[in-house]
Amino acid sequence: MRFVLRKIATMLITVLLVSFFVFLAFQVIPGDPATAMLGTNATKEKVEALREQLGLNRPLMIRYFEWLFSFFFGDMGTSYSYGVSVRSMLAGKVPITLSLTLISFILIILISIPLGIETAEHEDGIVAGIIGGLNQVVMAIPPFFIGILLTYFLGLVLQLFTPGGYVSYKTDFFGFLYYLLFPAIAIALPKAAMNMKLLKSSVLKEAKLDYVRTAYSRGNSTKDVLYKHVLKNALIPVITFLGMTLADIVAGSLIVEQVFSIPGIGRLLITSISNRDYPVVSAIIAIVAFIVIIINFLVDILYLIIDPRTRG
Amino acid sequence: MKKRIVSILSVFVLATLTIALGGCSGDKTGGSSKIVVGIAQDLEDSLDPHKAVAAGTKEVLFNVYEGLLKPDPDGNLIPAVAEKYEASEDGMSYTFTIREGIKFHNGNPVTAEDVKYSIEKSAGMMGDDPLISAFSLIKSVDIIDESTVSIVLSEPNMEFPSYLAMTNSAIIPADNENPDTEAIGTGPYKIVSRSPQENIIMESFDDYWGDKAYIKDVTFKVEANADTIVMDLLGGSIDMFPRLTTTQVSQLNDNFEVYEGTMNLVQALYLNNSVEPFNDIKVRQALCYATDIDNILELAFDGKGSPIGSSMFPSFGKYYMPELNDVYTYDVDKAKELLKEAGYENGFDMKITVPSNYQPHIDTAQVLVEQFKKIGVNAEIDLVEWNSWLSDVYTNREFESTVIGVDASTMTARALLERFRSDADNNFINFSDPRYDEIFDMAVSTTDDAESTVYYKQLETILAEDAANVYLQDMAEFVALNKKFEGYTFYPMYIQDISKIKPAAAQ
Repeated sequence: MRFVLRKIATMLITVLLVSFFVFLAFQVIPGDPATAMLGTNATKEKVEALREQLGLNRPLMIRYFEWLFSFFFGDMGTSYSYGVSVRSMLAGKVPITLSLTLISFILIILISIPLGIETAEHEDGIVAGIIGGLNQVVMAIPPFFIGILLTYFLGLVLQLFTPGGYVSYKTDFFGFLYYLLFPAIAIALPKAAMNMKLLKSSVLKEAKLDYVRTAYSRGNSTKDVLYKHVLKNALIPVITFLGMTLADIVAGSLIVEQVFSIPGIGRLLITSISNRDYPVVSAIIAIVAFIVIIINFLVDILYLIIDPRTRG
Repeated sequence: MKKRIVSILSVFVLATLTIALGGCSGDKTGGSSKIVVGIAQDLEDSLDPHKAVAAGTKEVLFNVYEGLLKPDPDGNLIPAVAEKYEASEDGMSYTFTIREGIKFHNGNPVTAEDVKYSIEKSAGMMGDDPLISAFSLIKSVDIIDESTVSIVLSEPNMEFPSYLAMTNSAIIPADNENPDTEAIGTGPYKIVSRSPQENIIMESFDDYWGDKAYIKDVTFKVEANADTIVMDLLGGSIDMFPRLTTTQVSQLNDNFEVYEGTMNLVQALYLNNSVEPFNDIKVRQALCYATDIDNILELAFDGKGSPIGSSMFPSFGKYYMPELNDVYTYDVDKAKELLKEAGYENGFDMKITVPSNYQPHIDTAQVLVEQFKKIGVNAEIDLVEWNSWLSDVYTNREFESTVIGVDASTMTARALLERFRSDADNNFINFSDPRYDEIFDMAVSTTDDAESTVYYKQLETILAEDAANVYLQDMAEFVALNKKFEGYTFYPMYIQDISKIKPAAAQ
């Protein structure tokens, strides 16, 4: 219980710090919502007048705490660019990004775990050699580039999907999942490659330890030793990695969304930054930070379940 | 013969599919009653036409809103919400008759109150929103009777009607409390829904007063990523995209018709006339002589684009002076000589600030850097984000030089030339020439059109001779349209008129 309380406290402090840094960052970079809204109609007087109207002339700390206070009560403010509440804007978009993250994560597990075990089991086989080589290549390609390749080969050449033909989950849920599958592959491949390599070396490392010899000497078969003893221990570094990966692919989705024209929070974040749409940016960053922290929290809990030693 | 069979077969298959699909989608008559138009950015400023700032916003809203007047593809003013108008002889007042039976998208008729409200709101006379005013010269808007409105000006202005054709002076209902989010206009299309950074969905307006749109459903899809535009066109998720680069055009296939027009922008290396060394006319002229426009077009634009020599582009035929293109012909020796006279024999260092989201301007700047090396001028490109450009370069005028395209807000010479008055608040290059101010005042005060044209041409000549900027070109514009459709029409302004596009005739 104390553990959980401590985690929640760190969680709140992190969100506070992150959101404060976002506020601070906007003080440093040139331009503000007033210049963005006025565009080429801007003159010094008009910018000043609009800043006054938007309340941007007030001290940073006052604006920050005002934002924080209303955010705490679920009011994320109103977007400067769209004139609608940030909450209603994000309500339709957060599920999209989260779905993409989730599908990518499932793909990573489905690809990396079986392949990792397989290559560890038949370390010197031809299949393992080929997979190992491919692995190095895939690991080195950034997801957005894999995305472009997939759009070209699977989209235009094989016509498995229509590039840019995103369908909303509200109109066709399965069409939505199908379309997300391709960007998810782009996100998942490099991470899956890394995870597979990690799992393989982890298994091989464990296999050299004394308890494995003991297990063999008791007459267990290779399969038994591998699945009942080795894997359990080998999975611990993998879970750490997957936890970090999950946080990473939330951020990665924001970029790959661009390649596949997926209207998630990624595109909204990027354009809101260039428009200096503070309320939207602050809300998105806070939400992403929150998601990442929750994931870390869950990973910690997972350790407790898998490895009794950490219960201490 | 074999090909024939295949095509007959495919028609058969398609027909079966259409019937099958038609069965489930209900009222759709076929693929071509719906068009998806890609746009490079979402409408991020406002749906309120009086607050629309970005050219990209206005070109979309053109389909939704109309002013008392509107432009036609040839650049003439045609009646829109107003059926006709009369100008008083002194150019001080204009009387408009509202079109009979004209309705807003919500079904309500357009009243004299709506017109008064709209004009006053867009002129910043309401007190609450004086930030973007379409015009500053209105003294009063008076309702004469229920279908007649008179606008009285504080000074004579022959170009006043053209201001009324802007999106920024569109007529909107006085009783709409949220013009920012609820778009109600009188245009051929009405907005059905929108999703930020995703799309804007429009439907043709059944009660439109004029020629109704051919295509019923229009989706403007935000294509924020330039790398995916061609793939989305080829894959079929968008049918049309305005303003492609020559590289993108070369990647398209036979399914697309590419329309070539001009951007109607004055692209130049704009020089801050008040900072050293650009406050010296000889330095500015030297840069003009050192610039080889043909070379720029060749290297960065596949040879497409129309060179210009002043702040005027070819589609403004009446004011455009092709002879100004030859004021400075490429001449490195002359450029060096001028630099020497100005005391910069060994050249100097300069910075070109370029907004990073406009690739054509970046490409142009890169060629310029190479060309300036030949006269010993060491130019360095400083890429900035659009918002930084707006605040540092455009508003605060803290820059040395920048490559950008400047457009005209109305179809008048004044729109392009007024900014170079020494006291204009959008004179971001700090150009200052007493002669210019004097002639400008004469140009706008005369009521004789021929006379004002002469004055405007003099102003263009001054800009060229003073080498206010290194004038480059009006860039070529390429619009890709899927061959399922036809009839794309260019305007001499930044406008995408979807109502003119129709399904292609059966082949």
